Amino acid sequence: MLRDIDLSGFEKITAKDLPTECMVSSGHRACQGCGEVLAMGMVTKAAGPNTIVANATGCMEIISSPFPETAWKIPWIHVAFENAAAVASGVEAAVKALMRRGALKDRPHIIAFGGDGSTADIGFGALSGAFERGHKFLYVCLDNEAYMNTGIQRSSSTPYGASTTTSPAGKKSIGQHTQKKNLPLIAAAHGIPYVATASPAFYLDLMNKVRKALSVDGPSYIHIYAPCPTGWGMPGSKSIEIAKLAVQTNVFPLYEVVGGRFALTKKVAKPQPVTDYLKAQRRFRHLSDKEAAFIQQTVDGNLDYLQRLVAATNPEPAKAKKPKAKAAPAKKAAKKK
Amino acid sequence: MPKRIGIEVSLAVADAVKMAKADVISAYPITPQTHIVEELSTYVANGELDAEFVPVESEHSAMSAAVGASAAGARVYTATSAQGLALMHEILFIASAMRLPIVMTVANRSLSGPISIWNDHSDIMTERDINWIQLFVEDGQESLELTLAAFKIAEDKRVLLPTCVNMDGFMLTHMIEPIVFPDQAVVDKFLPTYKPLLTLDPKKPATLGPVGVPEVYLEAKKQCEQALLDSLDVVKEVLAEVNKTFGRKYDLVETNGRKKAETLFVTMGSLGETCWSAVDNLIAQGQDVGQARIRLWRPFPVKEFIKACKGAERLIVIDRAISPGSVCGPVAQEIKSVFYGLKDAPEIVNIIAGIGGRDVPVADFEEMYRLAKKRKLAKTYTLWGLNSNA
Repeated sequence: MLRDIDLSGFEKITAKDLPTECMVSSGHRACQGCGEVLAMGMVTKAAGPNTIVANATGCMEIISSPFPETAWKIPWIHVAFENAAAVASGVEAAVKALMRRGALKDRPHIIAFGGDGSTADIGFGALSGAFERGHKFLYVCLDNEAYMNTGIQRSSSTPYGASTTTSPAGKKSIGQHTQKKNLPLIAAAHGIPYVATASPAFYLDLMNKVRKALSVDGPSYIHIYAPCPTGWGMPGSKSIEIAKLAVQTNVFPLYEVVGGRFALTKKVAKPQPVTDYLKAQRRFRHLSDKEAAFIQQTVDGNLDYLQRLVAATNPEPAKAKKPKAKAAPAKKAAKKK
Repeated sequence: MPKRIGIEVSLAVADAVKMAKADVISAYPITPQTHIVEELSTYVANGELDAEFVPVESEHSAMSAAVGASAAGARVYTATSAQGLALMHEILFIASAMRLPIVMTVANRSLSGPISIWNDHSDIMTERDINWIQLFVEDGQESLELTLAAFKIAEDKRVLLPTCVNMDGFMLTHMIEPIVFPDQAVVDKFLPTYKPLLTLDPKKPATLGPVGVPEVYLEAKKQCEQALLDSLDVVKEVLAEVNKTFGRKYDLVETNGRKKAETLFVTMGSLGETCWSAVDNLIAQGQDVGQARIRLWRPFPVKEFIKACKGAERLIVIDRAISPGSVCGPVAQEIKSVFYGLKDAPEIVNIIAGIGGRDVPVADFEEMYRLAKKRKLAKTYTLWGLNSNA
């Protein structure tokens, strides 16, 4: 159902007033060029100090909390791999109860972080349950497209054609032979007020989406593209470039779903060919031209589907989005196939 | 004034949680625990209990949400049985490692397979090592009072450990018993508002659940175990307060029948009452028999148990769970370890009875006694009531 979402509490961030205080301090143990920890830092910057984080087991948990050290400047809880959403549910329930009996005054933001394995696979049920129950919290999936912490095993969020340690490319395999699970759409299907995709390459967009997500009354979900130099086979210095390329090739379109209404938040005027993206990473190196063409087709098809969702859920998209009416070329690209 | 009401034990447990003013209840339906949380959700719906009822999508999430809520500073309750407890397994260890005073009722039920909704102790015996305080109750009155006591024990600053109250599914949870209800004012005095030591407070940020590298893991585990060992004195103290407040005589291990009897039955849970009747019958027949009933299972009250068994030549230990591939049932394993190497250690025979809801009537205990006395029972264990032709 389409519904109007109250975004009056949304405090927009501009390049001039970027929050500077990062709640994940430096000195943590992430790999060089880790896009995931960068994105996580941006999320906490946008959220501010009055925030409680529930973190699933995974890279971000391991690198930020080797006792007796901690990178966390805000209250942080890690329980297990598959339950960040359930833990956040409990925190939120406690916050409500404690506020009612006067034991707590300022309502903190509640953010759950999980990787793609934790979100799309093992913690999928807990996530769905928390969305359905309507807890006011933000779930952020930091998607590096495989189980990186355990050594680059495939997840259901690993893209088609990627070689991982459990979907290796070989004489009889192109690597991952299944399509990436579409988590943002699944999240949106729960009818929660706010869903978005984001990328650390577009930090203002990312941080404003966090602000919006935290302003709505109910669950919100942000799916963040998190480049992994170690797992993807690229130099650490290329993380942001790859993240940009993922958007510019439409491999990872940036959009949001507010009250069921889809909107592209970054329209790509002249999409680059997918091969630019694939060739920059070792995980795709084995792919033939034919396979790359198939991936291009899928990317175009996915964008086309997204644009149809935008059109179907916005009665007058042309008028409402007039200043940014550059979606046409992308559409054309989609129709080419 | 305390009121005496005929009520289903599950509902009395729900009333205890209501009187304890739990802040958050997270629960998932599973027989035979459901009546407790159904009643609690009704109390929340009616406004009789000002709590958050979180109807989670699995027991794994029930315990996870309980951990989150407790870490945020709330008084937290949940209840489960069998498969539900098994699904919580992973998180049970984390709840104790994080020193969170969650209270849980386990309506004991057999673990699958084959699937069975009926009663034995296989669910909790699989979870012996979760580092929780584990209590066993025998009747409805105790169910109510020990549920209240569980919060007091768990939240004691010297303890801070999750606590579970085990009550036999159906055999106890679904019985209608006359139960005396204390006044709310009395409960409030007995159990004041929970004031946590460390919470997820943005004003005093703390990192909960960090990585335990090899240099610290062992010490973290030992601290947690030490807290469990040290909780024994607090359990004693709180039981003494329960006795004073509600007029009971609860102890870690209780005895009945003849003092310094030659043969002692050892029971845990509601079968204790059936056994008690058999013990009375046997005494009437001139037999030198008594009974020791274990109320606190973890931490195991070693000293108190040895004291309760003083003078006994033979213990008939009743287990309600099989420990496949082991030498005997879990309670007997414990008791054999307790007595190993001690002078005048009694002979210990083990009977595993009442598995999967199999009835164990009074006459069966009398038969067990006769067989034990004639030394007709296996040295390892006897599976009581097993139909070998099945």
